[in-house]
Amino acid sequence: MKGNEAIAHAAIRYGVDAYFGYPITPQSEILETLEAEMPWETTGMVVLQAESEVAAINMVYGGAASGKAVMTSSSSPGVSLKQEGISYIAASELPALIINVMRGGPGLGTIQPSQADYFQATKGGGHGDYHLIVLAPATVQEMADFVGLGFDLAFKYRNPAMILADGIVGQMMEKVVLPPFRPRRTDEEIALQCPWATTGRHGRGHRNVVTSLELESHKMEENNIRFQETYDLITRNEVRYKESHTDDAEYLIVAFGSVARICLKAIEEAREAGIKIGLLRPITLWPFPTERIAELSHQVKGILVVELNAGQMIEDVRLAVEGRVPVRHFGRMGGIVPNPTEVIEAFNQNFREK
Amino acid sequence: MKKEDIIKAGTVVYERPRLLTDNITHYCPGCSHGVVHRLIAEVLDEMDLAERAVGVAPVGCAVFAYNYIDVDWVEAAHGRAPAVATAMSRLNPGNVVFTYQGDGDLAAIGTAETIHAANRGENIVIIFINNAIYGMTGGQMAPTTLLGQKTATTPYGRTAALNGYPIKMSDILATLDGTCYVTRQAVHTPAAVRKAKSALKKAFANAVAKKGTSVVEIVSTCNSGWKLTPAQSNLWMAEHMFEKYPLGDLKNID
Repeated sequence: MKGNEAIAHAAIRYGVDAYFGYPITPQSEILETLEAEMPWETTGMVVLQAESEVAAINMVYGGAASGKAVMTSSSSPGVSLKQEGISYIAASELPALIINVMRGGPGLGTIQPSQADYFQATKGGGHGDYHLIVLAPATVQEMADFVGLGFDLAFKYRNPAMILADGIVGQMMEKVVLPPFRPRRTDEEIALQCPWATTGRHGRGHRNVVTSLELESHKMEENNIRFQETYDLITRNEVRYKESHTDDAEYLIVAFGSVARICLKAIEEAREAGIKIGLLRPITLWPFPTERIAELSHQVKGILVVELNAGQMIEDVRLAVEGRVPVRHFGRMGGIVPNPTEVIEAFNQNFREK
Repeated sequence: MKKEDIIKAGTVVYERPRLLTDNITHYCPGCSHGVVHRLIAEVLDEMDLAERAVGVAPVGCAVFAYNYIDVDWVEAAHGRAPAVATAMSRLNPGNVVFTYQGDGDLAAIGTAETIHAANRGENIVIIFINNAIYGMTGGQMAPTTLLGQKTATTPYGRTAALNGYPIKMSDILATLDGTCYVTRQAVHTPAAVRKAKSALKKAFANAVAKKGTSVVEIVSTCNSGWKLTPAQSNLWMAEHMFEKYPLGDLKNID
């Protein structure tokens, strides 16, 4: 099935309480699949087509405030509209899952694949000092798996998570093993897991308030310090990446999402010609695998960062490398996806033909 | 004589509703918000809804509403309360969810969320405080500001040519199939307060009975923003506001 469809099926099976979305290419299959599956008849999951992305993310805010496992999905222009709500969700320390199946921008751009929302996803996007936990799937299997992983991390840290997929992995069809069905949490389980949730007092003895507002500066700074402590904890515990051929690598390619698969093919072809390149694919874009890239920068002679953008993740790679070796970029934009030959040519131009 | 000598069983004729907290409100003396808060607290208590009522606060003067009424609250982004309430109501249908919004929140930045939540017939109560001005930010023009009315951003009076016309949101909401009850009330006299309270009761009863969206607009004073005394504000409201925003039910489906 398509990556987008896998997300919908995985959400039902994970026991997600609600999905709120608004149609936009190339991810409308998520909402369409959920509407066709009618999970409200089986698991009781709420599915609602909102009047806008703005409304959808604020529905997520209300659902998350209630302690429910709530998600939304969109594509780049729609995710821009959601940024205010995402900032509120992060500031209110609420768990939620947001999916961005990226298309080319800026502006209305194109419906073809892109990775140009890396900055938006990893550096904040909305206003204020906050971070999302950002997962970058490279396969349809990971599209399915990261729904559960995203919610698990979001609830563990009370922080919103994002699946940052490119349009390729959203539209691509592959075999996928869906997670087993598990029931949605009961009201009692939610009350235990989320004692802060605005579920109605129901004998709790005090009121719960979910707000991001704090006009007393010293208290607002305390809130910010608490957020930063959470981000430090996530950074220590949750960095995920996958390496291929790095044991003997003399050069390194860093790429995320489906582009990493193209690069792996290029690396295998290069190795047949005797050029030892390794691949590091960040799975969490935030927190970023800074330490591992720093280690590898002591081993390799140069690093090529391949992205479907003008050069975004390369900034984090350069911060990790701290100038030890040259870090170069190869990117295509506007919805164009490079083939392995182009990746090798870019590598040769940067590191071989001197 | 001590307080205890005066307040004895059988002598109390007026007291703070149980659901109003001890917090001192930040509202200006003379503002309608305090009266409406009190009515909500009374109604929720009298209808035995305290344990399952959840409020959604706006951005505007009522941004701290959650400090004053002792039920669960979520503080929404500016204008988004009906979207927040939609999810909360659908995910916990046993609860009774209400929004509390001003004219800027409901009729300007949140117009889309308001209209679509009402059009879906969400089983929520929308309480709409219409004082024809932005109070919290210092008295700027609201979508409901009257023609000719002076505000910080219409210092020579609102003109249709420059600013368009005051919007009658309740009239618009009454045309939607999703609303079951739309009413316009005020709280400037004891009689009006009693009517507003019964309107709120009806609205919450509709939410309990899942009849659709109920809208209770309260035409309100903002003496600070209007630069009048509280007493003058009540007179100005009756003289000018009620002509554009007449009181009474706009829709009531039993």
